[in-house]
Amino acid sequence: MSTTMVAALNAALRDSLREDAGVHVLGEDVGTLGGVFRVTDGLAAEFGAQRCLDTPLAEAGILGTAIGMAMYGLRPVVEMQFDAFAYPAFEQVVSHVAKMRNRTGGRMGLPITIRVPYGGGVGGVEHHSDSSEAYYAHTPGLHVVTPATVADSYGLLRSAIASDDPVVFLEPKRLYWSAADFSPAEVATARVPPIGRAMVRRPGTSATLLTYGPSLPICLEAAAAARSEGWDLAVVDLRSLVPFDDETVCAAVRATGRAVVVHEAAGFAGVGAEIAARVTERCFHHLAAPVLRVTGYDIPYPPPMLEKHHLPSVDRILDAVARLQWEQ
Amino acid sequence: MTVLDDSTAPGLVGPPHSHGPRRDPAPLLPDPEPVRILGTPAAKTFDAGLQRDLYRRLVLGRRFNQQATTLTRQGRLAVYPASTGQEACQITAAMVLRGVDWLFPSYRDTLAVVARGVRPLDALTLMRGHAHSGYDPYEHRIAPLSTPLATQAPHAVGLAHAARLRAAMDPASAEDLVALALVGDGGTSEGDFHEALNFAGVLGAPVVFLVQNNGYAISVPLASQSAAPSLAHKAVGYGIAGRLVDGNDALAMHSVLSAAVEYARSGRGPVLVEAVTYRLDAHTNADDATRYRSAAEVDAWRARDPLTLLERHLRAAGLLDDAGVAAAAQAAEDLADEIRAQFDDPPDPDPDSLFAHVYAQPTSQLREQAAELAARLDADADAAFPADTAFPADTAFPADADEDEAR
Repeated sequence: MSTTMVAALNAALRDSLREDAGVHVLGEDVGTLGGVFRVTDGLAAEFGAQRCLDTPLAEAGILGTAIGMAMYGLRPVVEMQFDAFAYPAFEQVVSHVAKMRNRTGGRMGLPITIRVPYGGGVGGVEHHSDSSEAYYAHTPGLHVVTPATVADSYGLLRSAIASDDPVVFLEPKRLYWSAADFSPAEVATARVPPIGRAMVRRPGTSATLLTYGPSLPICLEAAAAARSEGWDLAVVDLRSLVPFDDETVCAAVRATGRAVVVHEAAGFAGVGAEIAARVTERCFHHLAAPVLRVTGYDIPYPPPMLEKHHLPSVDRILDAVARLQWEQ
Repeated sequence: MTVLDDSTAPGLVGPPHSHGPRRDPAPLLPDPEPVRILGTPAAKTFDAGLQRDLYRRLVLGRRFNQQATTLTRQGRLAVYPASTGQEACQITAAMVLRGVDWLFPSYRDTLAVVARGVRPLDALTLMRGHAHSGYDPYEHRIAPLSTPLATQAPHAVGLAHAARLRAAMDPASAEDLVALALVGDGGTSEGDFHEALNFAGVLGAPVVFLVQNNGYAISVPLASQSAAPSLAHKAVGYGIAGRLVDGNDALAMHSVLSAAVEYARSGRGPVLVEAVTYRLDAHTNADDATRYRSAAEVDAWRARDPLTLLERHLRAAGLLDDAGVAAAAQAAEDLADEIRAQFDDPPDPDPDSLFAHVYAQPTSQLREQAAELAARLDADADAAFPADTAFPADTAFPADADEDEAR
């Protein structure tokens, strides 16, 4: 059955609400409207307004309230309406969500899932297309997860909600309407993907593309196009930025000896910089070329009519692959 | 002529269409002047045993503040933000709560934490600096001391809301709890304070916000902080009850605060209590309060010291004599002895604890880093104590180093 990412996320929330009475969804417009992206469609009708709560329009208040709910043993799932609207909640995320377990010597964990629709490519006007993953990934105490496929949206969201640690769950909104054959019923809980494991989406022998979330389809497209240039590119979907799967990533890079990291967010001090450094530290003697990055430019997210120049593209990825020192 | 009903043609005829319920603000408004009981007829009917108890607890509270401040001078605490002068607020905040209730303190509320039953050493762990928090929040139902101002206020709302949700889901295990959030006057300017009050009002959560208005946010006076008629008036904008009380009047504090807590417990909604008080000491031991307030001002407030006011009243009412004062003073010295004894042993935090409790399960990266630190510490230990030396295993190396320097 063809299912969109939005429907898979919706199914994950529904199944979590059904299985665990402690799970509570809260956020702006998540109730009656079903969320501006309809991810929470029908949940308030099925589980009641208290289990899927329309809150006042205040992100710090939403997250602060969720923290108190988690302290009392509930399992809140918070929706931040857009990437750039989540910033008012940042202090709550950094000072409390990320630190509470550590501050209390392990006595008080906060099992909160913070869903954040993120990234560009949807023609959004300013403040609707930020890639904010580095802010969260730089904050110890958080798990940072981002699905790129319909099946992972369901499975990883189930895992995030079940996690005893807080999870920032970044949903690539340009993939919200992507569809795949998928039935949530087929994913038994036991087969839900664990947080912290990357996945090789395409094996290859020439070079390895390391990517996540919204950039996975572009990388797969680039890998297909690269065949005509004589390159057989591997593509790794990180899925989890924190914890980071060094094992899978390093094995995939060592197998080819060349790597390009691809993400939408600005490159400077971005997640790609961390990945390039880790790969270089761990795989140096296997590398035939420096690890390159294809990222958004170091600019505020551009207006929609210019975003195509900013986002990683097949051409930019292939250009980077071409610069991986093929001459012997 | 047909008169159109507002409900059939909103906005066309009659009053502008209302988007929500309108409430009469009058019951929510605080009194124009802070509630006082000392020196009023109400003091005569106030329970005598409770008055004596309040006095004794205030004396202990004052001694706690003094002892903690002394510990900073001895280098045994890294910092201590004293609540000297605010003891009536601190003590009553703990007293009016039941065991089932929760307290959400800020960094100046260590005394309230101790008054709720936490061992002084554990309450002062944050200030001592060997761990971030020393007590079990679930054992005492006290959140960790919150340093980022007012950020704990929405937590109180969420916890109180969750208790209501749980009670609805499972009436058998319902807890009729109230969450009490402690905030200062400076904290009321923070967005989180506003959002917490708004959420509390909308959710009808059983929360009491106690604002200890001690006149200053470090150096900035209240006039530069807010133009509100009073901080208690802020409640009305959120549809919740505001109460204004003399924070140096222990009887008024106990009376107003317990009424607020029981009001919230009864399901009538949250309450904001503003207690007008004064921080007699500087912001912390690292602050110089003479740079922003006059000696005359401090003296005027010293004359309104909550302990002095209560003692004078109790003596006049015949509820306290010299022997009672001496007994309280002795209990305070016993407390000070106990605190000093708790601080006798220097802390020895385990470096391995750095990596504990970042996550429920450590990541592979943290396991690597913990191993790296452990190896470095082992190497340092080997260098300090080569295998052929005869030092006993527990010889403290830093002390040896100090002696070398002293020579």
